[in-house]
Amino acid sequence: MTTYILRRILSSIPVLFGILFATFALARWIPSDPCRAILGEKATDVVCDRFIHEHGLDRPIPIQFGYYLNEIAHGDFGRSFRYGEPVSKILVERLPTTVELSFSALFVALMIGIPLGVVSAVKHNSWVDVLTMFWANIGVSMPVFWLGLMLAYVFALLLRDTPFQLPPSGRLSPGVLPTSFAKAWGWELEPGFLASVVDFLARMNILNALLSRDWDLLKDAVKHLILPSLALGTIPMALIARMTRSSMLEVLGQDYIRTARAKGLPKTKVVLKHALRNALLPLVTVIGLSLGSLLGGAVLTETVFGLNGVGRILYDAITARDYGIVQAFTAVIAIFFVALNLLVDISYAYLDPRIRLE
Amino acid sequence: MSKETSKNKVAKLDAEGLSLKSVSLWQIMWRRLFKRKSALVGMGILALLVFVAITADWIAPYSPTEVLIGVEDVTARQAPCIHLLGCPKDQPQHIMGIDGNVRDQFSRILHGARQSLFIGFATVTFAIVIGTVLGALGGYLGGWVDNVIMRVMDVVLAFPSLLLAIAIVTVLGPGLINALLAIGIVSIPAYARVVRASVLSVREMDYVSASKAMGGNTFHILFKRILPNALTPLIVQGTLGIATAILDAAALSFLGLGAQPPMAEWGSMLGAERNQVFTAPHLVFYPGLAIMLTVLAFNLLGDGLRDALDPRLGHVAG
Repeated sequence: MTTYILRRILSSIPVLFGILFATFALARWIPSDPCRAILGEKATDVVCDRFIHEHGLDRPIPIQFGYYLNEIAHGDFGRSFRYGEPVSKILVERLPTTVELSFSALFVALMIGIPLGVVSAVKHNSWVDVLTMFWANIGVSMPVFWLGLMLAYVFALLLRDTPFQLPPSGRLSPGVLPTSFAKAWGWELEPGFLASVVDFLARMNILNALLSRDWDLLKDAVKHLILPSLALGTIPMALIARMTRSSMLEVLGQDYIRTARAKGLPKTKVVLKHALRNALLPLVTVIGLSLGSLLGGAVLTETVFGLNGVGRILYDAITARDYGIVQAFTAVIAIFFVALNLLVDISYAYLDPRIRLE
Repeated sequence: MSKETSKNKVAKLDAEGLSLKSVSLWQIMWRRLFKRKSALVGMGILALLVFVAITADWIAPYSPTEVLIGVEDVTARQAPCIHLLGCPKDQPQHIMGIDGNVRDQFSRILHGARQSLFIGFATVTFAIVIGTVLGALGGYLGGWVDNVIMRVMDVVLAFPSLLLAIAIVTVLGPGLINALLAIGIVSIPAYARVVRASVLSVREMDYVSASKAMGGNTFHILFKRILPNALTPLIVQGTLGIATAILDAAALSFLGLGAQPPMAEWGSMLGAERNQVFTAPHLVFYPGLAIMLTVLAFNLLGDGLRDALDPRLGHVAG
C-alpha cells in the first residue's frame, strides 16, 4: 500500500509541474503589453521600463519560470492588480465559502443519488426505475446557472410567505454576524499559522455554528445554502444515481447474492448489507469525476446566488481583466483538484486491493 | 412476427459465425438504436433542432435582431402573449414574450438553435481531428513521443474543464470563436485517449503485421488498417462530447465570455437577463429550456449509440 501511495504521489509531480507551466504560459501569452495592462494606458516608457525590469520581465523565459516557481514555493501567488492584496490572502478569505458550498452540494448529491440508484436497481424496469433514469438524464443536461435562477424564482418568489420560502442570495440574513467558534470557546490566539487555520474554519458558517453551538446561526446558514447546493449538486446527483444503479444491477446478479437470498436472509438486508457495500466501490471514481464539475460549477453557482467565494471573485476578475487573480486561482484550483484526485485514487486502492496489486 | 424471425435468423447466423457480410455493423447499430425509446426521443429532438436551425429565417415571425419599438405596441420584457391561451386578439402575438431590448424572444430562440448546433459540431470536430492525430501518433510510435503527448494530455485533464476554458478565453479575449477554441482545446484529451487505446489494442495484431509485410507505408497502415477500429468509440464519445461542449459554451456565454450581443445565442440571452429573473422569468426560462433540451438530445443519442455499438452486448440484445 505504501509503495502504491508513493508511486501515485510521484506520478503526480510532473502533472503539477505541467499545471504551473501552463498557468505561467497563459499569463505570458496575454497579447497586450503587461505593463500597460497593469499600470494603465497612460504609463510612460520610463515607468514601463522600470516596471518590466522590477518584475523580471526582461529576463529569459526559463529564468522567469524559475522565479515563478520560487515564489509559489514560498506561498506567494502574486498580487491582485485590482485589490492590491496578495492573492493568497484573498484565497484564504474566499475559499471557505466555496469549500462549504462544494461539500454541501456533494452531500445533497450522495444523500439523494444513492437511494435513488439503489431503488431503481432493485425495482429494475419498474416505473420508479424509468422515472429515476428520466430525471437523471434531465439532471446531467441541466445548465447549472439556469437551474439556480429557476430555483431562486420558485423558492424566493412563488413560494414567498409559505414555510418553503428560501433566500435567493447571500450566505446569511442581513444583520446576522457570526462570531468565531474560537471566541465562543474563549480562545485567545496570537496571529500566526494556527490563527489563520482557525479563521479559515470559522469562515465556514455551518461548521462554525456547530462548533460554537449557535443554533440560530446554523438555521440561517443552512437556509441560505439549500438552493445553491441543490443547483450545484444536481449534475453529480444524476451521475451518482446512474452509477449506483448500474453497479447495483451488476452486483445483484452475482452468485453470492443468490446464496445470501437462498439461505433465507431478508431482501432488504441482502440489498443494503451485501450488495450495496460492493456496489459503492465505483462511486469513489464518480465522486472524483464530479469534483471537476463541482469546482467549475461553483463559479456559476456563486455568480447566480451572490456568494463571495472563489468562483465569484474569479468571475469579477475576468470582467475586470485582473489576470493575476485568474492565473493564480486557476493554478490553485488545479492543484487542489489534483490533490483531491490523488486522495480519491488512494482511497480506491485502499477499498479495492486489486488496484494496488496491479 | 416477421421482425421476430429476422432477429432470430441474425442471432443464429451470428452464433454459427456465418454470413456476417449480409448484416453490417451499421445496420445492427441502426436496428438497436431504433429499439431504444430514449435514443428515439433524442433523435426526435435533434431532428426538430436541425429543422429549426435550417428554416429559422422562414419560420421565425420576426428577425432575431429586429427592435420592435415603433413597429408594434410592445414594451421591453413584456410577458408572453399567446392568442390561444386567452391573450386579447388585438395585441400582437409573442409566444415567448419580448426581451430587454424589445425583440421577439421566440424568433431569437429559433435562431439560437443554429449557434448551438454550430458550437457543438465545430468544437467536437476540432477536438476529434487534433485528438485523433495526437492519439494515433502516440499509440503507434510509442516511446518518448507517446510519453510527451500523454503527459501533456494529463496536464490538460488536471484542470476542471470549465475553469481551463475560462482561463484560456480570458487570455484570448471574449468572443464566440475564442470560446469554441477554448472548449475545443480542453476536450482534446478525451479523444486522444480513446484513439490511443484503440491503436494500442490492434498495433501488434497479425493483420497489421501482414499489411506491413506487404509493404504498406505508415500512413496507409495507420489510416486504413488501424484507425477504423477507433471509429465506434469516437462516435460515442463525440456525441456525448457535443452535449458537454454546448453546456460549457452556454456557461461561457452566460459569463459574458462567449457569444457577444446582439447575437441570438441562448447562453448570452440568459446571461443578459439574469437579474430580471423575478420580474421577467420568461426571459430566463425559455433560453435555459432550449439549452437543456439540446443537451438532453445529444446525451440520449450518445447513450443509445454506446449501447447499440457495444460488441459485448451481443447481436440480439438491446
